[in-house]
Amino acid sequence: MAKGIVISPDKCTGCRTCELACSYTKTDSFNPKDSAISVLSYDEAGLQVPMTCLQCEEPHCMMVCTVNAISKDSKSGVVQVDGDKCIGCKMCVSACPFGNMTYSKRQKIAVKCDLCGGLPQCVRLCPSGAIEYKELDGPLHKRKNIANLFNDVFGEVAK
Amino acid sequence: MNGWTGKLIRVNLSDSTIKLENLNMENAALYLGGRGLGSKYLYDEIDPSIDPLSPENKLIFMTGPLTGTYATCAGRFNVIAKAPLTGTIGASNSGGHFGPELKFAGYDGIIFEGKAKSPVYLHIHDDDIELRCAKHLWGKDVFETTDILLEENEEDSRVACIGPAGEKQVLFATVMNDKDRAAGRSGLGAVMGSKNLKAVVVRGTNGIKIADKEEFIASTMDAREKLLSHPVTGKGGGLPSYGTEVLVNILNEMHALPTRNWQTSNFEDGEKISGEYLSEKYLVRNKACFACPIGCGRVIKIPDGKYKGIVAGPEYEAGWSYGASCDINDINAIDKANHVCNLLGLDPITMGATIACAMELCEIGALTQDEIGEKLKFGDAESIISLTEKTGNREGFGDLLALGSYRLAQKYGHPELSMSVKKQEMPAYDGRAIQGMALEYATSNRGGCHVRGYLTSPEVLGIPMKTDPLLTEGKAALLKLFQDLTALVDSSDICLFTTFALGLPEISAMIRTSIGVDFSDEEFLKIGERIWNLEKLFNLEAGFTKEDDTLPPRLLNEAVTTGPAKGKVAELNVMLGEYYQLRGWDAEGVPTNEKIEELSLKTMALA
Repeated sequence: MAKGIVISPDKCTGCRTCELACSYTKTDSFNPKDSAISVLSYDEAGLQVPMTCLQCEEPHCMMVCTVNAISKDSKSGVVQVDGDKCIGCKMCVSACPFGNMTYSKRQKIAVKCDLCGGLPQCVRLCPSGAIEYKELDGPLHKRKNIANLFNDVFGEVAK
Repeated sequence: MNGWTGKLIRVNLSDSTIKLENLNMENAALYLGGRGLGSKYLYDEIDPSIDPLSPENKLIFMTGPLTGTYATCAGRFNVIAKAPLTGTIGASNSGGHFGPELKFAGYDGIIFEGKAKSPVYLHIHDDDIELRCAKHLWGKDVFETTDILLEENEEDSRVACIGPAGEKQVLFATVMNDKDRAAGRSGLGAVMGSKNLKAVVVRGTNGIKIADKEEFIASTMDAREKLLSHPVTGKGGGLPSYGTEVLVNILNEMHALPTRNWQTSNFEDGEKISGEYLSEKYLVRNKACFACPIGCGRVIKIPDGKYKGIVAGPEYEAGWSYGASCDINDINAIDKANHVCNLLGLDPITMGATIACAMELCEIGALTQDEIGEKLKFGDAESIISLTEKTGNREGFGDLLALGSYRLAQKYGHPELSMSVKKQEMPAYDGRAIQGMALEYATSNRGGCHVRGYLTSPEVLGIPMKTDPLLTEGKAALLKLFQDLTALVDSSDICLFTTFALGLPEISAMIRTSIGVDFSDEEFLKIGERIWNLEKLFNLEAGFTKEDDTLPPRLLNEAVTTGPAKGKVAELNVMLGEYYQLRGWDAEGVPTNEKIEELSLKTMALA
């Protein structure tokens, strides 16, 4: 089973160091708007959720790309954008069901997580262990995580 | 430009003009940013003797060269103005995400001048900056205001605003950002209200550049490792586990937790308001400010009862002011009162301490139920909430509480019952049991305050080395060092909590590599000393004298009755002369010409 980013919202403190690590690594500049990972905050539920590319098996971003700038590496599973080919049309941004494709206004291309060649810097610098890069231990574990999340949020609303 | 963005926004509210200007780089090299650079602009541009709530005062938001980077806890900004509660220079810093966003928009700071004719807010989206009508927001609380502004603008904007307390110029109103983060002390929210400025909304999409990438990464990673492995700030450490309220049991145990308006120093029910109790029973999860690996913030959930809800848990000093100081052991009532402060935009330290003062005035019969409109006595949990609400809205007796404890106690003939220095309430650490804190309170440039030279760190926690809190020897020198280092930290704009784990070399390394200078550690510390002296000059010109560098009579004359400090008063007189001397000030506490010259302060208007 391939390695992937595993997110645990229950551990996230919302410090956004991941956004800074990503943008600084990729662009030499601290700029969350150029980051391929974002932390979303839900004040009412007291919840913070880091969101980044899930490296889909059948990436919608790749399918809609008309200039073949997006490819999936068959070995590592990483979905990558070739900045030289990208024309900045933003179709992929629309197509991603999770909103994990970012258009960088500064670079004028689509930006996404490429797992930093196997050493994701967001994971390295996350102080709370909310973002991990590890062997995916079967779908049920992850489902349970997400289900817990819903339980948290909807449980609160239901009260 | 590296570290800094090099740009400032200057807004004249009187004639609605907005100008961009280059950051004064000569001053930036001398004062860095945040508290230091903001104070320099204020000192150069206003007469320190003005009325703080007049249009002549200026309100400055200033970030530092580290703000917005991943240097440890680099999410802070300062708000600077002449302070209405004290009449001293006022600088208060806040975390959250607002400061970094301002830098991402491309600006190191904003200077507000004059007064708008009607309520406005400033909207910044990179190069687009405009003043907009805020009539629809006037009267709204901080959370409502923030929600409306995020609805009207880009949803990933960041909002700093005032609540009703700031609008009504409560003398200890805060500037709030990201809902529950506060530039809390000295009443800078009242200055914002006096200018008819309700909020600043900012969204930025630009990046921050660093001078020396490799060295910056090396220095920040070194600092980060030290923070993450330290027993106070690190994984499983005191702050992440229990938040700042971890201090309740520690201070209470050494009988240094002022109780019932400082009548005693030990709170019988301390355990019930402790960080351990709060975290074990109510903690949902930790919340961190921008770029912070500590995450001391508490998201707490009160599952049932009349205070039910999810809120930000109180900090140690707020938990103390409403708790031990008012003799309240109901942690949920304290949580609620603290939340009301966040909603209305009030400093919970001064608020709780002012209520405690009113409670003692009632106890001795100087203040009656008729005047307050409700029964008030120590231990009454409902009162801390109702009086906080009334103060924020300036209703009934709240209109008087809105002036803080000094003016309240004075009105009822007992100014000695205000536990304040320069009219600002001292927090949570008894200066009789911790002599270093006594000197800190008396000499703080913004009045009674614990974060201008936090000697609790060596005196109580033994960081970086343990000192005996009952002795006065060496405290003046230690305080000077802490005050100068703190001024540096507040001006780079990282969180003071980093200094539990980091010293001058680590902090200097991050600043040095971000802006690309070859300053030595000592030169960086000199920046802190320069800032401290500048603030002092401001206060002298505002009319403060040696007579003001003192403590309430209770600390000077009434000995502690229990615990290790039993029989002790604050031995300020022993320490103050030595402190002035070490500072290079004369016997009246005025910086000498040699000191002014040594610190390159002589270009200022003092001559």
